[in-house]
Amino acid sequence: MTNSWTDIKNADLVWIMGGNAAEAHPCGFKWVTEAKAERGAKLMVVDPRFNRSAAMADHYAPIRSGSDIAFLSGVINYLLTNDKIHKEYVRHYTNAAFIVKDEFEFNEGLFSGYDESKRSYDRSTWEYKFGPDGFAVRDMTLQDPRCIFQLMKKHFAQYTPELVERVCGTPKDKFLKVAEWVSTTANGERAMTIMYALGWTQHSHGAQNIRSAAMIQLLCGNIGIPGGGVNALRGHSNVQGITDVGTLTAAIPGYLALPTEQEPTLESHLSKRAFKPLTPNQTSYWQNYRKFYVSFLKTQFGANATKDNEFGYNYLPKLDGIYDCIKMFDLMHQGKTNGLLCQGFNPLMAIPNSNKTREALSKLKFLVSMDPIETDTVRFWENHGEFNNVDPAKIKTEVFMLPVTSWAEEEGSVTNSSRCIQWRWKAADPYFESKTDIEILSDLFVRMRKMYEKDGGKGKEALLAVDWSYKNPLEPSIEELLTELNGKALSDVKDAEGKVIRAAGQRLASFGEMRDDGSTDGCMWIYTGVYGPAGNFAMRRDNSDPSGLGVYGNWGFSWPANRRIQYNRASADPDGKPWSEAKKYMYWNGERWTGPDVPDYVPTIPPDRAVGPFIMNAEGVSRLWVRGLMADGPFPVHMEPFESPVGNLVFPKLKGNPVARVFKNDMEALGNSKDFPIVATTYRLTEHFHFWTKNVHANAVMQPEFFVEMSEQLAKEKGIKNGQRVRVWSKRGEAKGKAVVTKRMTPFKVDGKTVHQVGLPLNFGFIGETKKASPINGLTSAIGDSNSQTPEFKAFLVNVEPIAGPVA
Amino acid sequence: MFTPVANPTTKPVPAKFGEQDLIRRSASKVTPPAKRQTEVAKLIDVSKCIGCKACQVACLEWNNLTEDVGVNVGVYDNPHDLTENTWTLMRYTEYENAESGNLEWLIRKDGCMHCEDPGCLKACPAPGAIVQYSNGIVDFVHDKCIGCGYCVKGCPFNIPRISKADSKAYKCTLCVDRVAVGQGPACQKACPTQAIVFGTKDEMKQWADHRIKDLKSRGFKNAGLYDPPGVGGTHVMYVLQHADKPQIYASLPNNPTISPIVEIWKGVTKYAGLAAIGAFAAIGFIHHAVAGANRVSEEDEKNAERLTEGRQP
Repeated sequence: MTNSWTDIKNADLVWIMGGNAAEAHPCGFKWVTEAKAERGAKLMVVDPRFNRSAAMADHYAPIRSGSDIAFLSGVINYLLTNDKIHKEYVRHYTNAAFIVKDEFEFNEGLFSGYDESKRSYDRSTWEYKFGPDGFAVRDMTLQDPRCIFQLMKKHFAQYTPELVERVCGTPKDKFLKVAEWVSTTANGERAMTIMYALGWTQHSHGAQNIRSAAMIQLLCGNIGIPGGGVNALRGHSNVQGITDVGTLTAAIPGYLALPTEQEPTLESHLSKRAFKPLTPNQTSYWQNYRKFYVSFLKTQFGANATKDNEFGYNYLPKLDGIYDCIKMFDLMHQGKTNGLLCQGFNPLMAIPNSNKTREALSKLKFLVSMDPIETDTVRFWENHGEFNNVDPAKIKTEVFMLPVTSWAEEEGSVTNSSRCIQWRWKAADPYFESKTDIEILSDLFVRMRKMYEKDGGKGKEALLAVDWSYKNPLEPSIEELLTELNGKALSDVKDAEGKVIRAAGQRLASFGEMRDDGSTDGCMWIYTGVYGPAGNFAMRRDNSDPSGLGVYGNWGFSWPANRRIQYNRASADPDGKPWSEAKKYMYWNGERWTGPDVPDYVPTIPPDRAVGPFIMNAEGVSRLWVRGLMADGPFPVHMEPFESPVGNLVFPKLKGNPVARVFKNDMEALGNSKDFPIVATTYRLTEHFHFWTKNVHANAVMQPEFFVEMSEQLAKEKGIKNGQRVRVWSKRGEAKGKAVVTKRMTPFKVDGKTVHQVGLPLNFGFIGETKKASPINGLTSAIGDSNSQTPEFKAFLVNVEPIAGPVA
Repeated sequence: MFTPVANPTTKPVPAKFGEQDLIRRSASKVTPPAKRQTEVAKLIDVSKCIGCKACQVACLEWNNLTEDVGVNVGVYDNPHDLTENTWTLMRYTEYENAESGNLEWLIRKDGCMHCEDPGCLKACPAPGAIVQYSNGIVDFVHDKCIGCGYCVKGCPFNIPRISKADSKAYKCTLCVDRVAVGQGPACQKACPTQAIVFGTKDEMKQWADHRIKDLKSRGFKNAGLYDPPGVGGTHVMYVLQHADKPQIYASLPNNPTISPIVEIWKGVTKYAGLAAIGAFAAIGFIHHAVAGANRVSEEDEKNAERLTEGRQP
């Protein structure tokens, strides 16, 4: 989230699309009901189904799954052609004025630099034009035909309301109402928040869905202000935390990069990321990258990290590719993996193409599951009839189950969608012999290290270099671990004048105290301050809100630097004055930046220095255009899902995302719209939490059985009665469940043709208290987003038929 | 935001009301307390309800109830009806609003309404099996329940259910045990959106006004409070978007009243019955006065003797 849960109450317009907050985030949704009830805010929901959020909405517009970019581009076009944008914000706080290189081109859906054989872009033509002073060339009048603002006008012009209706199946009037409502916030006096979740992420063009949303918010000036933002709602209580600490396969903690094979030395890694300002006077926190990186290495390797050995950089693995989950299981399927350690993970349910997952697991020598519950994965070898039809005699994989404590049985922190790190105290004793994850992993590490010490092996040096100097190596304390995340001074830390600001041994108060000479450690710069000299801020529980704007500054600790709204310098105009009294937040008081939050800016830089408000970017401004960071283009383009009922009506030559990764056999596993004419989407139900609560009796009572949601029209066409058992199948697999025939789903008219959609809840499996069901991911495809590799769970093709038998 | 009921102290506190605060007791008389307690109420704002069923689970958990895992029958309502274990249930209705052309998904939390004039209590023939406290809570006392099911017939909202296990009647208690120690009901505590709020009946009416104003501003011109006068008002009330059409909310009665059979049974019939009993007593007395006492003949004695000794006459 750029903003926070509690900030949603400041919104004048709430737009939920690509998510279903009422269903999947009921507790956070409270702030939407609060904005509505107390502020008179309007709520609009755009979704393929009239869902629980839509039930609360003032306006609902249906959309065919997978066509979001066309819809959002339609909104961008509406704002631009009707001149309903926040002009000063766009001029000063975005890169609208920047000029793009002359070589850049866009033709028939493809940007310049496309290489079909590699399925990738050479992004060099997407660069800005630079002046002789080394800075990017800008035209502050926004008139230059090669400036980003003009390129945008041209790029989005074809996304008319008529086109949106033809592609998305959204009736024109319903689309226009959305666009009109959005435009009422493009003035600095009213704010719109956008709330999304995996309904935008899980597409082969998911990252571009979210970019489109960010562009809309920038055109309206809704970033950095109370009640605004692009707000990603995280699906687990601590999934923000788990991403922060570096489970991304190409990252180390705090979103720093894991080295690649092209970066053999620390300098080669750092020089690639050296901060080069693109505008005069610009400042950025990324100029501290080196300090963050060296501090990380000091935590990792302790005394074994010295200036002479590049602080142990050599010990880090060097990536030769990306190793996301889909790739992992593909390698496993090829028989290249011996063992798998599943820590709180149920891949048979969670990842696409369950049949392939099951085969992959069968090729392992061993599988270890660390989990508080028995997962479907850990019993993949067991025959459960049609729901998990395997022959146990043929599976040689040895399976181990290590019972782990649940969150209520251990102490520690979780980080929520608001980036707020909050402490949780232990509430109950663990069951039987179950142990914490920390105990199990530490024990495993210590044993493995002993074996390497004795017998040697590949990677021995790195393993032995790891600093494991905990008081009890078999059970590091939670304080020790939090200290590591936060960082401490190893020797006295001095400021520019030589004054000691942090004495040796003390914990750091902010990442500004980190040094690149090895005098500090700290493995995650963004968390620095959570456990500073004043104690554990994650434990703070002060619910006072002095400004009344939902800024609970002494409740927990929001990274970075306890900031509640990111980019909040943009809540004031270039002169440092609030855009309006209604949206007053951070402002220049003549001496410094002040307001209810921690400024996202150097607090003493006056407005007349004209330093851009987006200090995380080399431009100093936000990006309507992305130079090189997106694999699939500097602007979003309408791309159909890989399985789609229609061809690409905007760019007929595009088949799916032209740069999405496709493994061998993936294309053959795609169904066509003749055999599989129905669009399907998966989602979770509020009554369940993923695949866990099907093990809980009361939750099973609330939603006992897998079902297929469909419109009355489709049910009639297929001869399906409400409550009847149906079979739904894709090219990859099938599932059987009850038909829920509902008015909440309606067929779409796409390019003049009727397109049906079905909804498939994902929570059901063959283990637990609910009625047995096949994993729904038996139907989904592994092809995913070209940037994040997230699979396309939200739009694929199926067919459906009734199963003879009594209707329930 | 409605100020929620504060977290309670962890120390035991004496109950704020009890036997001495009863204003009604089934099939028996009570001496009403001199001073009535402030009336409480639960307000269910249908327009804020997201249908998450947290209230349903909280009810099971607090009351230590176990419901069977059922099946899906083509709807989101699970279980499909109230049972002796499910005292509250979300009922989902897909309503096509002809006027606006919009679909509305109306989600109503069903359960005991805690009527000011409780039909169940009136119909109940078992002394003390149903009681009403002066704060408005209507509660079932299970060890006095005879399982006759008259309360089911007496309820205008079709709420009580008879257990197949112990043949006693069950329904929502408005968490009488929690309210007695100053807490709100479990369902209210669990509700994430404050669709359920709890307080005094006056507070709830004021809060409802606030909500109705908001709904009217959004075009629901018939938004209103459901506090049906036919049962003297209720201690569970709804804010409805369409208060002129309660029946669209999964058959919420338009104008609930106690069944005339119960009223007749407990009203006119009761007195007619008492009169009949009196008349028979009077006839008996007259018969005695005229014909004298019944006498046992010698033959009767002999027959009785044979019977008790097991011999055939």
